[in-house]
Amino acid sequence: MTTATVSAENLVVTYDEFKALDDVSIVVASGESFGLVGESGSGKSTLLRAVAGLAPVTSGSIRVHDRVLTGNRRDKAFYRDVQMVFQDPYGSLHPRQTIDRQLLEPLAIHGVADGERRILKALDEVGLGSGFRFRYPHQLSGGQRQRIAIARALILEPSILLLDEPTSALDASVQAEVLNLLEQVRRDRKLTFIMVSHDLGVVTHMCDRLAVMQNGRVVERLSSADLVAGRIAEEYTRNLMVASKGFQRKGAAA
Amino acid sequence: MKPLLTVDDLKVSFPTRTGVIEAVRGVSFTLGRERLGIVGESGSGKSQTGRAIMGLTPAHAQVTAKTLSFEGIDLLSAAPKVRRDLRGKRIAMILQDPKYSLNPVMSIGRQIVETLTRHENVGRREARERALDMLEAVQIRDPGRVYDLYPHEVSGGMGQRAMIAMMLVAGPELLIADEPTSALDVTVQLEVLGILDKLVADRGMGLIFVSHDLRLVSSFCDRVIVMYAGKIVEELAASDLANARHPYTQGLLNCMPAIGSDRHPLPVLDRKPEWAL
Repeated sequence: MTTATVSAENLVVTYDEFKALDDVSIVVASGESFGLVGESGSGKSTLLRAVAGLAPVTSGSIRVHDRVLTGNRRDKAFYRDVQMVFQDPYGSLHPRQTIDRQLLEPLAIHGVADGERRILKALDEVGLGSGFRFRYPHQLSGGQRQRIAIARALILEPSILLLDEPTSALDASVQAEVLNLLEQVRRDRKLTFIMVSHDLGVVTHMCDRLAVMQNGRVVERLSSADLVAGRIAEEYTRNLMVASKGFQRKGAAA
Repeated sequence: MKPLLTVDDLKVSFPTRTGVIEAVRGVSFTLGRERLGIVGESGSGKSQTGRAIMGLTPAHAQVTAKTLSFEGIDLLSAAPKVRRDLRGKRIAMILQDPKYSLNPVMSIGRQIVETLTRHENVGRREARERALDMLEAVQIRDPGRVYDLYPHEVSGGMGQRAMIAMMLVAGPELLIADEPTSALDVTVQLEVLGILDKLVADRGMGLIFVSHDLRLVSSFCDRVIVMYAGKIVEELAASDLANARHPYTQGLLNCMPAIGSDRHPLPVLDRKPEWAL
Protein backbone atom coordinates (compact mmCIF):
# COMPACT_ATOMS: atom_id res chain seq x y z
CA MET A 1 0.00 0.00 0.00
CA THR A 2 1.46 3.28 -1.06
CA THR A 3 1.06 6.31 1.14
CA ALA A 4 -1.90 8.58 0.70
CA THR A 5 -0.93 11.93 -0.75
CA VAL A 6 -4.31 13.57 -0.71
CA SER A 7 -7.18 12.45 1.45
CA ALA A 8 -10.50 13.91 2.43
CA GLU A 9 -12.48 12.57 5.34
CA ASN A 10 -16.18 13.16 5.94
CA LEU A 11 -15.95 16.42 4.07
CA VAL A 12 -19.01 18.70 4.14
CA VAL A 13 -19.29 21.91 2.12
CA THR A 14 -22.41 24.05 2.47
CA TYR A 15 -23.43 27.15 0.57
CA ASP A 16 -26.09 28.75 2.76
CA GLU A 17 -28.58 25.93 3.19
CA PHE A 18 -27.37 23.86 0.25
CA LYS A 19 -25.06 20.95 0.91
CA ALA A 20 -22.72 20.83 -2.08
CA LEU A 21 -20.66 18.07 -0.50
CA ASP A 22 -22.21 15.70 1.99
CA ASP A 23 -19.87 13.49 3.97
CA VAL A 24 -17.37 12.75 1.22
CA SER A 25 -14.20 10.75 1.76
CA ILE A 26 -11.55 9.93 -0.80
CA VAL A 27 -7.99 8.68 -0.61
CA VAL A 28 -5.53 9.33 -3.41
CA ALA A 29 -2.19 7.57 -3.34
CA SER A 30 1.09 9.16 -4.30
CA GLY A 31 1.71 9.08 -8.05
CA GLU A 32 -1.82 7.99 -8.75
CA SER A 33 -4.26 9.44 -11.24
CA PHE A 34 -7.67 9.65 -9.61
CA GLY A 35 -10.89 10.52 -11.43
CA LEU A 36 -14.09 12.15 -10.22
CA VAL A 37 -17.17 11.64 -12.38
CA GLY A 38 -20.75 12.77 -12.12
CA GLU A 39 -23.26 15.10 -13.68
CA SER A 40 -23.40 18.85 -13.09
CA GLY A 41 -24.27 19.66 -9.52
CA SER A 42 -22.94 16.37 -8.20
CA GLY A 43 -20.18 18.14 -6.28
CA LYS A 44 -17.19 16.83 -8.21
CA SER A 45 -15.75 20.28 -8.89
CA THR A 46 -16.58 21.41 -5.36
CA LEU A 47 -14.47 18.59 -3.96
CA LEU A 48 -11.53 19.70 -6.07
CA ARG A 49 -12.04 23.32 -5.05
CA ALA A 50 -12.28 22.32 -1.40
CA VAL A 51 -8.84 20.71 -1.63
CA ALA A 52 -7.46 23.87 -3.21
CA GLY A 53 -9.04 26.02 -0.50
CA LEU A 54 -11.59 27.59 -2.82
CA ALA A 55 -14.75 26.23 -1.19
CA PRO A 56 -16.16 26.85 2.32
CA VAL A 57 -15.50 23.63 4.22
CA THR A 58 -18.03 23.24 7.05
CA SER A 59 -16.71 20.08 8.62
CA GLY A 60 -14.43 17.16 7.92
CA SER A 61 -10.74 17.22 7.17
CA ILE A 62 -8.39 17.35 4.22
CA ARG A 63 -4.86 16.04 4.37
CA VAL A 64 -2.19 16.71 1.80
CA HIS A 65 1.21 15.06 2.35
CA ASP A 66 0.35 14.32 5.99
CA ARG A 67 -0.47 17.92 6.69
CA VAL A 68 -3.97 18.58 7.95
CA LEU A 69 -5.54 21.55 6.21
CA THR A 70 -8.21 23.50 8.01
CA GLY A 71 -10.47 26.26 6.72
CA ASN A 72 -9.80 27.93 3.42
CA ARG A 73 -6.39 29.32 4.19
CA ARG A 74 -3.48 27.73 2.39
CA ASP A 75 0.10 28.86 2.70
CA LYS A 76 2.56 29.45 -0.11
CA ALA A 77 4.20 26.08 0.38
CA PHE A 78 0.86 24.44 -0.34
CA TYR A 79 0.40 26.23 -3.63
CA ARG A 80 3.93 25.39 -4.65
CA ASP A 81 3.03 21.79 -4.29
CA VAL A 82 -0.58 21.77 -5.49
CA GLN A 83 -1.66 23.52 -8.66
CA MET A 84 -4.94 23.60 -10.53
CA VAL A 85 -5.99 23.71 -14.20
CA PHE A 86 -9.46 25.05 -14.86
CA GLN A 87 -12.09 24.08 -17.37
CA ASP A 88 -12.38 27.09 -19.57
CA PRO A 89 -9.13 28.29 -21.12
CA TYR A 90 -10.99 31.38 -22.34
CA GLY A 91 -11.79 32.44 -18.80
CA SER A 92 -8.75 31.37 -16.82
CA LEU A 93 -6.10 33.47 -18.56
CA HIS A 94 -5.86 37.22 -18.09
CA PRO A 95 -6.96 38.73 -21.42
CA ARG A 96 -4.68 41.76 -21.21
CA GLN A 97 -1.47 40.14 -20.09
CA THR A 98 1.05 38.45 -22.32
CA ILE A 99 1.79 34.77 -21.88
CA ASP A 100 5.19 35.76 -20.51
CA ARG A 101 3.65 37.88 -17.78
CA GLN A 102 1.12 35.17 -16.82
CA LEU A 103 3.86 32.58 -16.50
CA LEU A 104 6.04 35.01 -14.56
CA GLU A 105 3.33 35.72 -11.98
CA PRO A 106 3.55 32.45 -10.00
CA LEU A 107 7.35 32.71 -10.08
CA ALA A 108 7.23 36.26 -8.73
CA ILE A 109 4.79 35.32 -5.97
CA HIS A 110 6.99 32.47 -4.82
CA GLY A 111 10.25 34.33 -5.29
CA VAL A 112 11.72 31.90 -7.77
CA ALA A 113 14.85 33.31 -9.34
CA ASP A 114 15.60 31.85 -12.77
CA GLY A 115 12.34 32.97 -14.42
CA GLU A 116 13.76 33.25 -17.92
CA ARG A 117 14.91 29.66 -18.05
CA ARG A 118 11.79 28.29 -16.40
CA ILE A 119 9.40 30.08 -18.74
CA LEU A 120 11.22 28.81 -21.81
CA LYS A 121 11.33 25.32 -20.36
CA ALA A 122 7.63 25.37 -19.45
CA LEU A 123 6.64 26.55 -22.92
CA ASP A 124 8.81 23.91 -24.48
CA GLU A 125 7.35 21.23 -22.25
CA VAL A 126 3.77 21.93 -23.33
CA GLY A 127 4.79 21.85 -26.98
CA LEU A 128 4.66 25.58 -27.69
CA GLY A 129 7.80 27.28 -28.89
CA SER A 130 9.26 30.46 -27.45
CA GLY A 131 7.47 32.28 -30.26
CA PHE A 132 4.32 32.18 -28.14
CA ARG A 133 5.95 33.96 -25.22
CA PHE A 134 4.93 37.51 -25.99
CA ARG A 135 1.50 36.84 -27.42
CA TYR A 136 -1.83 37.60 -25.81
CA PRO A 137 -4.46 34.91 -25.05
CA HIS A 138 -6.77 36.13 -27.83
CA GLN A 139 -4.06 35.33 -30.35
CA LEU A 140 -4.12 31.66 -29.37
CA SER A 141 -6.55 28.86 -30.11
CA GLY A 142 -8.45 27.06 -27.33
CA GLY A 143 -6.02 24.15 -27.28
CA GLN A 144 -3.00 26.46 -27.14
CA ARG A 145 -4.56 28.40 -24.26
CA GLN A 146 -5.14 25.23 -22.31
CA ARG A 147 -1.49 24.35 -22.90
CA ILE A 148 -0.54 27.72 -21.41
CA ALA A 149 -2.77 27.04 -18.40
CA ILE A 150 -0.99 23.70 -17.96
CA ALA A 151 2.41 25.40 -18.32
CA ARG A 152 1.42 27.92 -15.66
CA ALA A 153 0.44 25.11 -13.31
CA LEU A 154 3.67 23.20 -13.97
CA ILE A 155 6.07 26.11 -13.73
CA LEU A 156 6.34 25.84 -9.94
CA GLU A 157 7.10 22.14 -10.27
CA PRO A 158 4.21 20.93 -8.11
CA SER A 159 3.74 17.29 -7.22
CA ILE A 160 -0.07 17.34 -7.30
CA LEU A 161 -2.18 18.66 -10.16
CA LEU A 162 -5.91 19.31 -9.76
CA LEU A 163 -7.62 19.17 -13.14
CA ASP A 164 -11.16 20.50 -13.42
CA GLU A 165 -12.58 19.31 -16.78
CA PRO A 166 -9.38 20.28 -18.58
CA THR A 167 -10.61 19.29 -22.04
CA SER A 168 -14.37 19.70 -22.06
CA ALA A 169 -14.18 23.11 -23.76
CA LEU A 170 -12.00 21.75 -26.55
CA ASP A 171 -12.65 20.02 -29.87
CA ALA A 172 -12.29 16.25 -29.92
CA SER A 173 -9.13 16.37 -32.02
CA VAL A 174 -7.55 18.97 -29.71
CA GLN A 175 -8.71 17.06 -26.65
CA ALA A 176 -6.60 14.09 -27.72
CA GLU A 177 -3.50 16.33 -27.94
CA VAL A 178 -4.06 17.85 -24.48
CA LEU A 179 -4.75 14.44 -22.87
CA ASN A 180 -1.54 13.09 -24.39
CA LEU A 181 0.35 16.10 -23.05
CA LEU A 182 -1.06 15.56 -19.55
CA GLU A 183 -0.09 11.89 -19.60
CA GLN A 184 3.37 12.81 -20.78
CA VAL A 185 4.01 15.30 -17.97
CA ARG A 186 2.59 12.95 -15.39
CA ARG A 187 5.01 10.26 -16.50
CA ASP A 188 7.99 12.60 -16.70
CA ARG A 189 7.44 14.28 -13.35
CA LYS A 190 5.72 11.48 -11.44
CA LEU A 191 2.78 13.74 -10.65
CA THR A 192 -0.37 12.89 -8.74
CA PHE A 193 -3.52 13.82 -10.66
CA ILE A 194 -7.01 14.41 -9.40
CA MET A 195 -9.15 14.86 -12.49
CA VAL A 196 -12.77 15.89 -12.73
CA SER A 197 -14.72 15.03 -15.86
CA HIS A 198 -18.21 14.19 -16.96
CA ASP A 199 -16.84 12.02 -19.76
CA LEU A 200 -16.31 8.43 -18.68
CA GLY A 201 -14.21 7.78 -21.77
CA VAL A 202 -11.74 10.49 -20.76
CA VAL A 203 -11.61 9.37 -17.12
CA THR A 204 -11.06 5.69 -17.86
CA HIS A 205 -8.37 6.71 -20.33
CA MET A 206 -6.53 8.93 -17.87
CA CYS A 207 -7.17 7.50 -14.41
CA ASP A 208 -6.46 4.27 -12.52
CA ARG A 209 -9.26 4.64 -10.03
CA LEU A 210 -12.34 6.80 -9.89
CA ALA A 211 -15.17 7.90 -7.66
CA VAL A 212 -18.68 8.39 -9.02
CA MET A 213 -20.54 11.27 -7.42
CA GLN A 214 -24.20 12.18 -7.26
CA ASN A 215 -25.96 14.89 -5.25
CA GLY A 216 -22.86 15.73 -3.22
CA ARG A 217 -22.10 12.15 -2.24
CA VAL A 218 -19.74 9.50 -3.50
CA VAL A 219 -21.99 6.68 -4.68
CA GLU A 220 -19.30 4.31 -5.88
CA ARG A 221 -15.53 3.92 -5.89
CA LEU A 222 -14.03 1.59 -8.44
CA SER A 223 -11.03 1.04 -10.65
CA SER A 224 -11.07 1.90 -14.33
CA ALA A 225 -10.49 -1.76 -15.15
CA ASP A 226 -13.63 -2.71 -13.21
CA LEU A 227 -15.61 -0.06 -15.01
CA VAL A 228 -14.43 -1.25 -18.40
CA ALA A 229 -15.21 -4.86 -17.51
CA GLY A 230 -18.67 -3.84 -16.33
CA ARG A 231 -18.11 -4.82 -12.68
CA ILE A 232 -20.38 -2.06 -11.47
CA ALA A 233 -22.37 -2.13 -8.25
CA GLU A 234 -24.50 1.00 -8.51
CA GLU A 235 -27.38 1.65 -10.85
CA TYR A 236 -26.32 5.27 -11.26
CA THR A 237 -22.87 4.31 -12.51
CA ARG A 238 -24.50 1.94 -14.98
CA ASN A 239 -26.70 4.78 -16.25
CA LEU A 240 -23.63 6.95 -16.80
CA MET A 241 -22.00 4.07 -18.63
CA VAL A 242 -25.02 3.65 -20.93
CA ALA A 243 -25.16 7.39 -21.54
CA SER A 244 -21.52 7.53 -22.54
CA LYS A 245 -22.06 4.89 -25.21
CA GLY A 246 -24.03 7.43 -27.23
CA PHE A 247 -27.51 7.72 -28.63
CA GLN A 248 -29.38 4.59 -29.60
CA ARG A 249 -32.77 4.62 -31.21
CA LYS A 250 -35.34 2.76 -29.14
CA GLY A 251 -36.25 -0.53 -30.76
CA ALA A 252 -33.24 -0.41 -33.04
CA ALA A 253 -30.96 -1.47 -30.21
CA ALA A 254 -30.53 -5.22 -30.17
CA MET B 1 -38.38 12.91 -54.59
CA LYS B 2 -38.34 16.67 -54.76
CA PRO B 3 -35.83 18.01 -52.28
CA LEU B 4 -36.98 20.22 -49.43
CA LEU B 5 -33.84 22.26 -49.45
CA THR B 6 -31.26 22.77 -52.16
CA VAL B 7 -27.90 24.32 -51.36
CA ASP B 8 -25.49 24.80 -54.21
CA ASP B 9 -22.10 26.45 -53.82
CA LEU B 10 -22.95 28.36 -50.63
CA LYS B 11 -20.32 30.86 -49.55
CA VAL B 12 -20.28 32.98 -46.40
CA SER B 13 -17.51 35.50 -45.86
CA PHE B 14 -16.83 38.13 -43.24
CA PRO B 15 -14.90 41.26 -44.13
CA THR B 16 -12.60 42.22 -41.26
CA ARG B 17 -9.88 44.80 -40.76
CA THR B 18 -7.23 42.21 -41.56
CA GLY B 19 -8.90 40.88 -44.69
CA VAL B 20 -11.83 38.74 -45.72
CA ILE B 21 -12.45 35.60 -43.69
CA GLU B 22 -14.18 32.91 -45.73
CA ALA B 23 -16.13 30.88 -43.20
CA VAL B 24 -18.02 28.76 -45.72
CA ARG B 25 -16.37 28.15 -49.10
CA GLY B 26 -18.68 26.46 -51.56
CA VAL B 27 -20.91 24.01 -49.73
CA SER B 28 -23.48 22.04 -51.75
CA PHE B 29 -26.06 19.50 -50.67
CA THR B 30 -29.74 18.71 -50.97
CA LEU B 31 -32.04 17.66 -48.20
CA GLY B 32 -35.29 15.74 -48.35
CA ARG B 33 -37.37 14.73 -45.38
CA GLU B 34 -34.42 13.04 -43.77
CA ARG B 35 -31.87 13.55 -41.02
CA LEU B 36 -28.65 15.09 -42.20
CA GLY B 37 -25.69 15.60 -39.88
CA ILE B 38 -23.05 18.28 -40.40
CA VAL B 39 -19.86 17.59 -38.45
CA GLY B 40 -16.66 19.54 -38.05
CA GLU B 41 -14.54 21.22 -35.41
CA SER B 42 -14.82 24.84 -34.31
CA GLY B 43 -14.25 27.16 -37.21
CA SER B 44 -15.11 24.62 -39.87
CA GLY B 45 -18.14 26.64 -40.97
CA LYS B 46 -20.79 24.14 -39.89
CA SER B 47 -22.78 26.61 -37.79
CA GLN B 48 -22.50 29.36 -40.38
CA THR B 49 -23.96 26.97 -42.96
CA GLY B 50 -26.97 26.41 -40.71
CA ARG B 51 -27.32 30.10 -39.98
CA ALA B 52 -27.18 31.05 -43.65
CA ILE B 53 -30.08 28.71 -44.39
CA MET B 54 -32.03 30.17 -41.50
CA GLY B 55 -31.13 33.71 -42.58
CA LEU B 56 -29.35 34.63 -39.38
CA THR B 57 -26.01 35.62 -40.83
CA PRO B 58 -24.82 38.98 -39.46
CA ALA B 59 -25.62 41.92 -41.74
CA HIS B 60 -22.00 42.74 -42.54
CA ALA B 61 -21.27 39.24 -43.83
CA GLN B 62 -21.66 38.29 -47.46
CA VAL B 63 -23.71 35.25 -48.40
CA THR B 64 -23.62 34.02 -51.98
CA ALA B 65 -24.79 30.80 -53.62
CA LYS B 66 -25.70 29.47 -57.03
CA THR B 67 -28.86 28.11 -55.47
CA LEU B 68 -30.22 28.37 -51.95
CA SER B 69 -33.84 27.38 -52.16
CA PHE B 70 -36.41 25.99 -49.79
CA GLU B 71 -39.48 24.39 -51.39
CA GLY B 72 -39.02 26.49 -54.52
CA ILE B 73 -38.49 29.75 -52.64
CA ASP B 74 -35.18 31.39 -53.49
CA LEU B 75 -33.95 32.32 -50.01
CA LEU B 76 -31.27 34.77 -51.11
CA SER B 77 -33.54 37.00 -53.19
CA ALA B 78 -36.60 36.64 -50.95
CA ALA B 79 -37.91 39.81 -49.34
CA PRO B 80 -37.28 40.18 -45.60
CA LYS B 81 -41.01 39.77 -45.00
CA VAL B 82 -41.01 36.41 -46.79
CA ARG B 83 -38.05 35.23 -44.75
CA ARG B 84 -39.62 36.38 -41.50
CA ASP B 85 -42.69 34.35 -42.35
CA LEU B 86 -40.57 31.29 -43.07
CA ARG B 87 -38.46 31.64 -39.98
CA GLY B 88 -40.13 29.95 -37.07
CA LYS B 89 -43.09 28.78 -39.15
CA ARG B 90 -41.53 26.54 -41.79
CA ILE B 91 -37.84 26.58 -40.87
CA ALA B 92 -36.93 26.47 -37.18
CA MET B 93 -33.64 26.39 -35.35
CA ILE B 94 -32.61 24.98 -31.99
CA LEU B 95 -29.56 26.65 -30.50
CA GLN B 96 -26.87 25.27 -28.28
CA ASP B 97 -27.32 26.75 -24.86
CA PRO B 98 -30.78 27.40 -23.39
CA LYS B 99 -29.16 29.70 -20.83
CA TYR B 100 -28.32 32.24 -23.51
CA SER B 101 -30.88 31.63 -26.22
CA LEU B 102 -34.12 31.90 -24.26
CA ASN B 103 -35.48 35.33 -23.39
CA PRO B 104 -34.64 35.77 -19.70
CA VAL B 105 -37.46 38.21 -18.91
CA MET B 106 -40.32 36.29 -20.52
CA SER B 107 -41.94 33.20 -19.05
CA ILE B 108 -41.45 29.97 -21.00
CA GLY B 109 -45.13 29.70 -21.84
CA ARG B 110 -45.28 33.22 -23.23
CA GLN B 111 -42.26 32.56 -25.43
CA ILE B 112 -43.94 29.50 -26.93
CA VAL B 113 -47.19 31.38 -27.43
CA GLU B 114 -45.33 34.22 -29.10
CA THR B 115 -44.13 31.88 -31.86
CA LEU B 116 -47.70 30.74 -32.43
CA THR B 117 -49.39 34.13 -32.47
CA ARG B 118 -46.69 35.52 -34.73
CA HIS B 119 -47.39 32.94 -37.42
CA GLU B 120 -50.96 31.83 -36.96
CA ASN B 121 -54.24 33.46 -36.26
CA VAL B 122 -55.04 31.81 -32.97
CA GLY B 123 -56.98 32.93 -29.94
CA ARG B 124 -55.35 33.30 -26.57
CA ARG B 125 -56.95 30.22 -25.08
CA GLU B 126 -56.10 28.01 -28.05
CA ALA B 127 -52.51 29.24 -28.07
CA ARG B 128 -52.17 28.35 -24.41
CA GLU B 129 -53.66 24.93 -24.98
CA ARG B 130 -51.28 24.20 -27.83
CA ALA B 131 -48.27 25.44 -25.86
CA LEU B 132 -49.22 23.15 -22.97
CA ASP B 133 -49.68 20.22 -25.37
CA MET B 134 -46.27 20.93 -26.83
CA LEU B 135 -44.64 21.05 -23.40
CA GLU B 136 -46.21 17.69 -22.71
CA ALA B 137 -44.90 16.35 -26.03
CA VAL B 138 -41.34 17.16 -24.93
CA GLN B 139 -42.00 15.12 -21.80
CA ILE B 140 -42.22 17.90 -19.27
CA ARG B 141 -44.13 16.31 -16.42
CA ASP B 142 -46.01 19.31 -15.11
CA PRO B 143 -46.63 21.59 -18.12
CA GLY B 144 -48.95 23.92 -16.22
CA ARG B 145 -46.22 24.80 -13.73
CA VAL B 146 -43.39 25.08 -16.25
CA TYR B 147 -45.53 27.33 -18.46
CA ASP B 148 -45.26 30.14 -15.90
CA LEU B 149 -41.61 29.65 -15.02
CA TYR B 150 -38.80 31.89 -16.25
CA PRO B 151 -35.74 30.40 -17.99
CA HIS B 152 -33.48 30.93 -14.94
CA GLU B 153 -35.84 28.81 -12.84
CA VAL B 154 -35.39 25.63 -14.87
CA SER B 155 -32.46 23.26 -15.39
CA GLY B 156 -30.49 23.06 -18.63
CA GLY B 157 -32.26 19.93 -19.80
CA MET B 158 -35.65 21.45 -19.07
CA GLY B 159 -34.69 24.69 -20.84
CA GLN B 160 -33.57 22.78 -23.90
CA ARG B 161 -36.87 20.87 -23.97
CA ALA B 162 -38.70 24.18 -23.72
CA MET B 163 -36.70 25.43 -26.69
CA ILE B 164 -37.59 22.32 -28.70
CA ALA B 165 -41.23 22.90 -27.80
CA MET B 166 -40.96 26.51 -28.92
CA MET B 167 -39.42 25.57 -32.23
CA LEU B 168 -41.82 22.77 -33.06
CA VAL B 169 -45.07 24.36 -31.94
CA ALA B 170 -45.72 26.00 -35.31
CA GLY B 171 -45.07 22.71 -37.12
CA PRO B 172 -41.97 23.52 -39.21
CA GLU B 173 -40.96 21.39 -42.20
CA LEU B 174 -37.25 21.88 -41.68
CA LEU B 175 -35.50 21.92 -38.33
CA ILE B 176 -31.91 23.04 -37.90
CA ALA B 177 -30.41 21.88 -34.61
CA ASP B 178 -27.09 23.59 -33.85
CA GLU B 179 -25.34 21.53 -31.17
CA PRO B 180 -28.66 20.98 -29.38
CA THR B 181 -27.21 18.90 -26.56
CA SER B 182 -23.59 20.04 -26.17
CA ALA B 183 -24.38 22.18 -23.14
CA LEU B 184 -26.18 19.35 -21.34
CA ASP B 185 -25.07 16.53 -19.06
CA VAL B 186 -24.50 13.16 -20.70
CA THR B 187 -27.47 11.56 -18.97
CA VAL B 188 -29.80 14.41 -19.94
CA GLN B 189 -28.39 14.49 -23.48
CA LEU B 190 -29.85 11.10 -24.29
CA GLU B 191 -33.31 12.03 -23.04
CA VAL B 192 -33.37 15.24 -25.09
CA LEU B 193 -32.08 13.44 -28.18
CA GLY B 194 -34.72 10.75 -27.74
CA ILE B 195 -37.46 13.39 -27.60
CA LEU B 196 -36.08 15.19 -30.63
CA ASP B 197 -35.75 11.95 -32.56
CA LYS B 198 -39.34 10.93 -31.87
CA LEU B 199 -40.81 14.31 -32.79
CA VAL B 200 -38.81 14.55 -36.00
CA ALA B 201 -39.88 11.05 -37.03
CA ASP B 202 -43.56 11.54 -36.09
CA ARG B 203 -43.88 14.82 -37.93
CA GLY B 204 -41.83 13.85 -40.95
CA MET B 205 -39.59 16.91 -40.75
CA GLY B 206 -36.30 17.43 -42.48
CA LEU B 207 -33.51 17.80 -39.92
CA ILE B 208 -30.07 19.32 -40.14
CA PHE B 209 -28.10 18.31 -37.07
CA VAL B 210 -24.96 20.39 -36.57
CA SER B 211 -22.44 19.00 -34.11
CA HIS B 212 -18.76 18.48 -33.42
CA ASP B 213 -19.41 14.94 -32.18
CA LEU B 214 -19.05 12.56 -35.09
CA ARG B 215 -20.21 9.50 -33.19
CA LEU B 216 -23.31 11.19 -31.86
CA VAL B 217 -24.24 12.49 -35.29
CA SER B 218 -23.74 9.13 -36.94
CA SER B 219 -25.96 7.40 -34.41
CA PHE B 220 -28.67 10.02 -34.90
CA CYS B 221 -28.68 10.85 -38.61
CA ASP B 222 -29.15 9.04 -41.92
CA ARG B 223 -26.44 10.89 -43.75
CA VAL B 224 -23.36 12.79 -42.57
CA ILE B 225 -21.44 15.67 -44.12
CA VAL B 226 -17.96 16.29 -42.74
CA MET B 227 -16.67 19.86 -43.01
CA TYR B 228 -13.14 21.13 -42.72
CA ALA B 229 -12.02 24.75 -43.22
CA GLY B 230 -15.33 25.80 -44.78
CA LYS B 231 -15.62 22.96 -47.27
CA ILE B 232 -17.19 19.54 -47.38
CA VAL B 233 -14.40 16.97 -47.29
CA GLU B 234 -16.60 13.91 -47.18
CA GLU B 235 -20.23 12.92 -47.44
CA LEU B 236 -21.33 9.46 -46.44
CA ALA B 237 -24.19 7.38 -45.09
CA ALA B 238 -24.14 7.22 -41.30
CA SER B 239 -24.05 3.44 -41.38
CA ASP B 240 -20.99 3.61 -43.59
CA LEU B 241 -18.91 5.61 -41.15
CA ALA B 242 -16.44 2.82 -40.52
CA ASN B 243 -15.46 3.01 -44.18
CA ALA B 244 -14.70 6.73 -44.13
CA ARG B 245 -12.10 7.56 -46.76
CA HIS B 246 -10.86 11.00 -45.85
CA PRO B 247 -8.01 11.05 -43.32
CA TYR B 248 -9.72 13.89 -41.45
CA THR B 249 -12.88 11.83 -40.88
CA GLN B 250 -10.81 8.85 -39.84
CA GLY B 251 -8.79 11.04 -37.50
CA LEU B 252 -11.93 12.46 -35.88
CA LEU B 253 -13.25 8.96 -35.32
CA ASN B 254 -10.01 7.72 -33.84
CA CYS B 255 -9.04 10.49 -31.48
CA MET B 256 -11.87 9.99 -28.97
CA PRO B 257 -10.87 8.08 -25.85
CA ALA B 258 -13.37 5.21 -25.69
CA ILE B 259 -14.19 3.06 -22.72
CA GLY B 260 -12.32 -0.20 -22.97
CA SER B 261 -9.83 0.75 -25.64
CA ASP B 262 -6.40 1.04 -24.15
CA ARG B 263 -4.47 3.39 -26.40
CA HIS B 264 -1.66 5.44 -24.97
CA PRO B 265 -0.98 7.94 -26.34
CA LEU B 266 -4.16 8.72 -28.24
CA PRO B 267 -3.78 9.10 -32.00
CA VAL B 268 -3.88 12.78 -32.93
CA LEU B 269 -4.87 14.47 -36.13
CA ASP B 270 -2.01 15.20 -38.45
CA ARG B 271 -3.48 18.16 -40.30
CA LYS B 272 -2.40 18.34 -43.88
CA PRO B 273 -2.43 21.76 -45.55
CA GLU B 274 -3.95 20.25 -48.71
CA TRP B 275 -7.16 19.39 -46.82
CA ALA B 276 -7.95 23.08 -46.67
CA LEU B 277 -7.42 23.71 -50.39
